[in-house]
Amino acid sequence: MKAIDPHIHMISRTTDDYLKLAVSGIHVVTEPAFWAGYDRCSAGSFRDYFHQLTVAEPARAARFGIRHYCWIGLNSKEAEDIELSEEVLALIPEYLDRETVLGLGEIGLNKNSRNEIRALERQLALAAERNDLVLIHTPHLEDKLKGTRIIMDMILSEPRIKPERVLIDHAEEHTIGEIREKGFWYGLTLYPHSKGSPERAVDAVEIYGPDRVCINSSADWSVSDPLATLKTANEMRRRGHPEELINRIFYENPKSFLGQCPKFHIA
Amino acid sequence: MTLPCRNKSACEILDAYFIENRARMLDIASFLDRIDRYDGAGEAKADFRYKALTQALKLLSEREDDRTKALQMLFSDLSIEPVDSATGLKTTGAWEGAFHEGN
Repeated sequence: MKAIDPHIHMISRTTDDYLKLAVSGIHVVTEPAFWAGYDRCSAGSFRDYFHQLTVAEPARAARFGIRHYCWIGLNSKEAEDIELSEEVLALIPEYLDRETVLGLGEIGLNKNSRNEIRALERQLALAAERNDLVLIHTPHLEDKLKGTRIIMDMILSEPRIKPERVLIDHAEEHTIGEIREKGFWYGLTLYPHSKGSPERAVDAVEIYGPDRVCINSSADWSVSDPLATLKTANEMRRRGHPEELINRIFYENPKSFLGQCPKFHIA
Repeated sequence: MTLPCRNKSACEILDAYFIENRARMLDIASFLDRIDRYDGAGEAKADFRYKALTQALKLLSEREDDRTKALQMLFSDLSIEPVDSATGLKTTGAWEGAFHEGN
C-alpha cells in the first residue's frame, strides 16, 4: 500500500528508519518544527534547526526515494521565554518561502499559558497574512480539552484563516467532535501512553467516518514508531475494512489536505 | 458519518480482543496492589491521580456507553482561563482541580 505520514520528526530518526519507510510504502513525509526534548538557549539554534528541516533532511530523505516536506514555527513549549520567542518569531518568515515548507507548524499550546497564547497569536497572524496552511499542536493529556478549545476560538476569530486549511493534531475522543463541528481537519496521533493507539484510531474512524481525518505517527526522539500508520492500516484490515477505505485514510486524505499548498507534489 | 460495522459481529470483536484486554485489566490490578505493598501507600492513595484512577474504574463499571470520552473528560482540566505562566508546570495526566473542595 501507499501511505503518507503527515507528522513525523525524521531529524530524530536513523537512516535505517528511512529505509523502513521506503520499503514499507511510505514515500512522502511531512515534518513539523517541534521541541527538541530540551529548551534551546539561542535563536541561532533555531536557525540551524530550520536549515536542517529545509535543506539537510530533504536531501537525506531523497537518498531513499522519499519526499520530505516540513512546517516551520515556534513550538509552544519554548514560547515562555519572551525574549527568545521574539527573536525566533522574527526568523520564521525568511524560511516560509522555501520550496519544501508547507506552512506554519506545529504551532499551538502546551500548558495553555498567556505567553503561549501570545506566540500562537503572532504565528496565526502570519499564516493569515500569507494564506499559509496551519498545523496545530494541541496540549497533552489533562490540558488537551481546554487548549483545543482556546486554539479553535483563536483561529475562528481570525476571519482570514479558513478552517479547512487548518489541521488540528493530536485529537482524541473528547476533542474530535468539536473540531469536526467547526470545520477543521483533525489528526489522530499514534503514540504510546500519551496519545492514541491503532485500535482507538480505527474506532474513531468507525465512529466519525473518513472525512477530514489524517493519521500520523509523530515518531520522534522518544518511544514511538515510524511504521505506526501502516500498523493502523493493518488494524483496519483485521476488522474487515476495504482497501479503498484504507487508501483514503492513509493516502488520499493527507494528499487532499496537504495538496492545498501549491508546493506539495506527489510524483 | 458513522461507518457501518458489518464486517464483524460483536462476538467476533470479543474473540479478537478479549485476551489483550484481560491482560490490561490484570496490569491495572497489579499496579494497585503494588501501591498497597510499598511504604507510603496512604499518601499515594490521597494523591489526585490515584483518586482519578479509582473514579475511572468506577465509571467503567457503571457506564453503558461512550466510556472513552467520559474517561477523557474525567481526566481533563475543565477550567477555561489561561494560566499566567507555564514555567515549572508539569503534565500529570489528571486534573488536580477536580479534587479540590467545591468540585
